[in-house]
Amino acid sequence: MSEKNISLTLRVWRQAGPHVKGQLITYHLDDVSTDMSFLEMIDVLNEKLTLRDEDPIAFDHDCREGICGMCGAVVDGQVHGPETATTLCQLHMRHFTDGDTIIVEPFRSRAFPIIKDLVVDRSGLDKIIQAGGYISASTGGSTDANAMPIPTQTAEEAMDAAACIGCGACVASCPNASAMLFAGAKVSQLALLPQGKAEREKRVWSIVHKMDELGFGNCSNERECEATCPKEISISHIARFNREFTRAAFVSREK
Amino acid sequence: MHLDAKIPSGPLAEKWDKHKFDLKLVSPANKRKFNIIIVGTGLAGSSAAASLAELGYNIQSFCIQDSPRRAHSIAAQGGINAAKNYPNDGDSIHRLFYDTIKGGDFRSREANVYRLAQVSNQIIDHCVALGVPFAREYGGGLATRSFGGAQVSRTFYARGQTGQQLLLGAYSAMSRQIHLGKITMFPRREILDIILVDGKARGIIVRNLITGDIERYTAHAVILATGGYGNVFNLSTNAIASNATAIWKAYQKGALFANPCFTQIHPTCIPVHGTYQSKLTLMSESLRNDGRVWVPKKPGDKRAPEDIPEEQRSYYLEEKYPSFGNLVPRDVASRNAKEQCDAGRGVGDTGFSVYLDFHDAIKRMGEDAIRSKYGNLFQMYEKIVAENPYKTPMKIYPAVHYTMGGLWVDYNLMSNIPGLFVLGEANFSDHGANRLGASALMQGLADGYFVIPNTLGNYLAEQTLNPVETDHPSFQDSHSQALEKMHKLLAIKGKRTVDDFHKELGHVMWDNCGMQRNAKDLEKALELIPAIREEFWKNVTVPGNNDDFNQSLEKAYRVADFLELAELMVHDALARKESCGGHFREESQTDENEAKRDDKNYSHVAAWEYQGIESKPRLHKENLKFENVQLTQRSYK
Repeated sequence: MSEKNISLTLRVWRQAGPHVKGQLITYHLDDVSTDMSFLEMIDVLNEKLTLRDEDPIAFDHDCREGICGMCGAVVDGQVHGPETATTLCQLHMRHFTDGDTIIVEPFRSRAFPIIKDLVVDRSGLDKIIQAGGYISASTGGSTDANAMPIPTQTAEEAMDAAACIGCGACVASCPNASAMLFAGAKVSQLALLPQGKAEREKRVWSIVHKMDELGFGNCSNERECEATCPKEISISHIARFNREFTRAAFVSREK
Repeated sequence: MHLDAKIPSGPLAEKWDKHKFDLKLVSPANKRKFNIIIVGTGLAGSSAAASLAELGYNIQSFCIQDSPRRAHSIAAQGGINAAKNYPNDGDSIHRLFYDTIKGGDFRSREANVYRLAQVSNQIIDHCVALGVPFAREYGGGLATRSFGGAQVSRTFYARGQTGQQLLLGAYSAMSRQIHLGKITMFPRREILDIILVDGKARGIIVRNLITGDIERYTAHAVILATGGYGNVFNLSTNAIASNATAIWKAYQKGALFANPCFTQIHPTCIPVHGTYQSKLTLMSESLRNDGRVWVPKKPGDKRAPEDIPEEQRSYYLEEKYPSFGNLVPRDVASRNAKEQCDAGRGVGDTGFSVYLDFHDAIKRMGEDAIRSKYGNLFQMYEKIVAENPYKTPMKIYPAVHYTMGGLWVDYNLMSNIPGLFVLGEANFSDHGANRLGASALMQGLADGYFVIPNTLGNYLAEQTLNPVETDHPSFQDSHSQALEKMHKLLAIKGKRTVDDFHKELGHVMWDNCGMQRNAKDLEKALELIPAIREEFWKNVTVPGNNDDFNQSLEKAYRVADFLELAELMVHDALARKESCGGHFREESQTDENEAKRDDKNYSHVAAWEYQGIESKPRLHKENLKFENVQLTQRSYK
């Protein structure tokens, strides 16, 4: 670690509530250690604002180790900032230069209404899972875990999809506000595993309908989602999602 | 107060089965007449919500994040233990039980720990059924790895994201019940108080974090699964919002707080840097399977690690503990790291780190093999530290990670307040004075999937619970007290921020009630903490209003509780004059500087009763009986 301090100009989207007009407000911040994370930099700014009796910037965050999926903002036009495979909390200030102006905005998507400043409502993602992103296995009746061998390759591929942290970066970066990568990752994980096969048609069918109902757009192969996904989930899972959907159209009795 | 743990009679291996038979049942038609509140959606809370909803109960589930999937169980990395014995290496329920009791330094209940080991296998079965993509061998069977404090390979894992995958499994089961209407989910709600009516837990009040409204909810029983209180130390591996408010309010309402001083300091975390740091990041214990811990032999040796020849390195864990080597339990590994750094052999800018080196493992297995096992951890390390751990050894140092203490519960996981159940890290029950790696996930899911579905029904079947409305005086009182407290916090308009006070408290706790404790430091902390608390209530500044989205107010409310809880931890640490597990009293150590227990005087659970903020809490003891294991000095040599 070679730590140094830089000075920055921040232009941050401030919006007091969902129904009021927001605007970019400019803040200057000196002595930003390059070892800080982006969120720690906002913490420092918020401490200053608090002592000046100004309203600190509201932003979602929790684990600060890139796994809970709670944080996220658009930094200089890029969801989760300029680094690939990185959540906002894992972005460090060493990737910025002294004198930079950084624009910080919330995830912009019709499906994610703004609550305050950088905080948005992503409950649509939970509703997608509730529509069918599960295996209906109740507690207590399971057979021995080793009763059903699953090839390493299959388990690994399912895990690649399951690594999704539900941050919504895919939706926020998509020009169509599509949740296909998010939903595709779940459908793909469960379609790959033998345990998920029993409900595969019903699952894909309900999830697609739910996405439409919630106002998420469709996929037009922009691949922005894959590029911004902090867990590098591949759009091949969208392809499997599409195949599952087509397959369900032929074989399913429930539509 | 008599503490009845309600441990069933009979031989250890038959207690749980016998108990399940003795418990009263609620018929399926009657289950839907009961409303149950569950606070927290980590492994314990979400598995309980799903399982109870499957049984037919009506569940109201609350979490502080925007989605139940974000609870901090998500960050658990390494794995989950189970006594499957798939590798055929001599594991059994009894061995998992024994390792857990011994790892906890003989300060937990035999019956609880045995039950935990018994249900561990069902947990794995159920998680696989839910689609958790555990790592597998080429034949398609489940893979396992080793963790600290065990000589068998019993830890199941999903890369370095086991907690995430298990939580998403439980979250998906919960989502199904939300879809079916059996669970009503209340995200972005923070619990403010627990409501007792006729001495029984009958509801909660919460703050809606978006609108700021205080909302009231009634139930026939309340389950707290709100996690640990490691954030008392400010810097810990906990999530930023992890807090103690729920269990602290329960304590103030009369629930006993057991072994509050039992804190786990995890040996492998990324070291502290800078004063702005907001949290510490764990590097999974599983790394100690392949990484070797070392420091330079010569104090103050500032050479780069690759320039220090093999014979000038001290692989101190392997040298001191040949049979467990790098896989000694967490408390032992942490204390040894501190000892090396205190002797001047620490590395890095601050001198407060040791190396965790993968050079030999990479030479033996190749970089790809290491990447497939720990890829995401190595990536996380590189992002934070900007060094490539495939080439340069990781630098690590111990950090606060888990709290074994928590609300006192009986064998049914009910606190001494009727109808108030406590699951997961929020209770005290299974880990004694030190938790073994990969046992937190096991306990959270055991409590939620397999214990509470059996024990809750017995409580409900035994009671006559009259209907309670939200305008009951208990609700009114708690509501106005919470509101008054918020108004007070907002009105102080002092000169210091909440974070500033939290940091000060954290320093006092780390310095005086951290990895090593002694009477003098603890006495000092008992003077410092009330002083910080007093200043907090005079000089804190909290911007904004209470009827609005206000993260500063949320934080202030949590820190106000930490400022009270810290004192209880110190009282407990002071009263327990022995060393055991993670509680190391300098006055009580063996000739080889290992923790020295005093079984004659301290073989008990210390359960504290609230007596008012400014009064010393009252100590109650639950004596621990060991009928199936022999108490020995723990040795990992």
